[in-house]
Amino acid sequence: MLLEIKDLHVEIDGKEIIRGLNLKVKNGETHAIMGPNGTGKSTLALAIAGKEGYEVTQGEVLYKGNSILDMSPEERSLKGIFLGFQYPVEIPGVSITNFLRTAINEHREYNKQPPLSASDFLKNMEEKKKLLDIHSKLTNRSVNEGFSGGEKKRNEIFQMAMLEPSLSILDETDSGLDIDALKVVANGVNALRSKDNGFVVITHYQRLLDYIIPDFVHVLFDGRLIKSGGKELALELEERGYEWLKE
Amino acid sequence: MPNTYTSLKNKLINAFERHKGQIMQNDPEALKDMRSEAMEVFHKQGFPDTQLEDWKNTDISAALSRDYAFLFETEPEKMNLDKIFKCKIQDLNTDQITLLNGWYIEDQKLKETDDGMIMGSLAAAMDKYPGLVASYFGKYADPQKNGLQALNTAFAQDGFFIYVPDNVTLDIPVQMVSIINWNKDLLVQTRNLVIMGKNSKLTLVHCDDSTNQQAIFKNSINEIHLGENATLDHYKLQNLNNQSSLINSSYFYQESNSKLSTNAITLNGGLIRNHTHVTLDGENAGADIYGAYLMDQKQHVDNQVFVDHARPNCYSNELFKGIMDEEASAVFNGHILVRQDAQKTNAYQNNHNILMTDTARANAKPFLEIYADDVKCSHGATIGQLDPEAIFYLRSRGICEANARLLMLYAFAAEVIRKVKIEPLRERVDEMIRQRLKGELHICETCALHCDGPGKEIIFEIDMDKV
Repeated sequence: MLLEIKDLHVEIDGKEIIRGLNLKVKNGETHAIMGPNGTGKSTLALAIAGKEGYEVTQGEVLYKGNSILDMSPEERSLKGIFLGFQYPVEIPGVSITNFLRTAINEHREYNKQPPLSASDFLKNMEEKKKLLDIHSKLTNRSVNEGFSGGEKKRNEIFQMAMLEPSLSILDETDSGLDIDALKVVANGVNALRSKDNGFVVITHYQRLLDYIIPDFVHVLFDGRLIKSGGKELALELEERGYEWLKE
Repeated sequence: MPNTYTSLKNKLINAFERHKGQIMQNDPEALKDMRSEAMEVFHKQGFPDTQLEDWKNTDISAALSRDYAFLFETEPEKMNLDKIFKCKIQDLNTDQITLLNGWYIEDQKLKETDDGMIMGSLAAAMDKYPGLVASYFGKYADPQKNGLQALNTAFAQDGFFIYVPDNVTLDIPVQMVSIINWNKDLLVQTRNLVIMGKNSKLTLVHCDDSTNQQAIFKNSINEIHLGENATLDHYKLQNLNNQSSLINSSYFYQESNSKLSTNAITLNGGLIRNHTHVTLDGENAGADIYGAYLMDQKQHVDNQVFVDHARPNCYSNELFKGIMDEEASAVFNGHILVRQDAQKTNAYQNNHNILMTDTARANAKPFLEIYADDVKCSHGATIGQLDPEAIFYLRSRGICEANARLLMLYAFAAEVIRKVKIEPLRERVDEMIRQRLKGELHICETCALHCDGPGKEIIFEIDMDKV
């Protein structure tokens, strides 16, 4: 099992947001988590990534069979968990190239591999840039600084492509994207899907799921997954909204 | 209890009486009077204390309580300079001139070139070119300003002297290295004079280093004249031990169309105060005034910047950035004066500080004094911590917390470092900043308090051109 979440409860500032959530993700699977605003979608994503202040009060998060709850954010990343942020942070003065090379070499060191040479790194970067239709100049700029919404999201998927995680959680990667950018991002994700990794795609709208076709769809409401189904559930939600599930 | 603070003052007054013949031996006539008057000012004012507005946040009383020695003549014994100091800037081809304990130590006291350039010892220049020295010495650094300035005027015997005649460009940077290496606590008062003629160009790299853990109190004044259309690119690198104090006052006087860029990089030192005074006294003159400071332990740094916009159509641009760790403290006082005639002035001022701990301090005081009505002026000052959201973002990509902080701090300081125009110097400063951030810079190696950096090598920017 790639990811197993059992009866997860998460509090922020003493307020319980996730209230007993269960989820299993196997290698090769893509799960979509949908739901209205304010139901805990981002909280779930950030709790899995290990953000400070997201306190797990009950339950388990097992990644490849081991609990990750005592791990630092960097350790979770090094083990192969990736979070595509809903709101990627701007970091003035740190270039993407510089940042990614530092990150990749920390991953390589963790996996007892020698540091990547500059030329191998650049070769890899060029390939992944093509995949996401990222032009050259962008990677020389500071991380997310002055990026458009679309550039920020493409940059998230680009980082995912570079780090090659086992488990990727994409938090509203479609928000703020026009249809062309959405296709580019979805194509990037699809190109990276394999039998050896898994995806959790968090989205508000069904639209993204036309391009990233999930194996399972879950509805998150009030801190719990209240309904699960196949990809057709997304269409049903698109038609009927969430109200019918709330009684 | 006798106050050693006062005792230092009395010791200096007595020393001046006893040694004034020696102090004034190279002096042009006018200078002798200036020294005696300056001594009277010092007698009256003494050392500046925290009662003075300008010195409110910089307390030098502890530094003044040491029993310093003074040197009234150069050490006859020839030191092997290579043994005590090695400049680590590789590939930087400079004309190096060196002061040891305040005294010029090159064999040739004045280097003179065919095109009229003179470079070397101020004492030697006073002797050989009294008229030239007298017409600039003390012209910009008013001895009445404060006791320390008066004291320097009275005592300073040697320092660097550079004269660049009209229309002369120096292709190679001049590196002024001032080293202190003495077996007792030492009070050093140097005076540097740089005179640039019309259309001249000069790059100056000014390094202040200590080579052992002995305390020094260095009271230094630089007077720098930029003639019409002259261009000066000036750098100060300050790397002193924790026992040492450096009070460094630089007066830049600019005629029309002259361009100044000055950048003060403060990496270490017990107490460092840089007073930068720029007078834009000709139309279309401009000054970029930059500074970066990285302090920790109980170190203190103070940047006082005064820009006098006396003529129309000039610009000044100040950018100072500092990282304060542990119990370090920083002061930035930026005063821009735009006189009534100085229409179409552009004057900008920015000071940004990152505090790494609850006990670190930064004090920023921007002050705009504007009498002209058609000007563009702005100022901004921030004091903050590293953005925790950004740290989390970096960590979520597998970068450990220590390295995430380093990356962010380095990026913060890099804005100032990028202003360094000489590439090998920029690379070296860059390297020093990284070492400094990791607590690995040379001067702290012998310090028991520190030097326990995060240790892990961190790889920075790839130069795309070199791949």
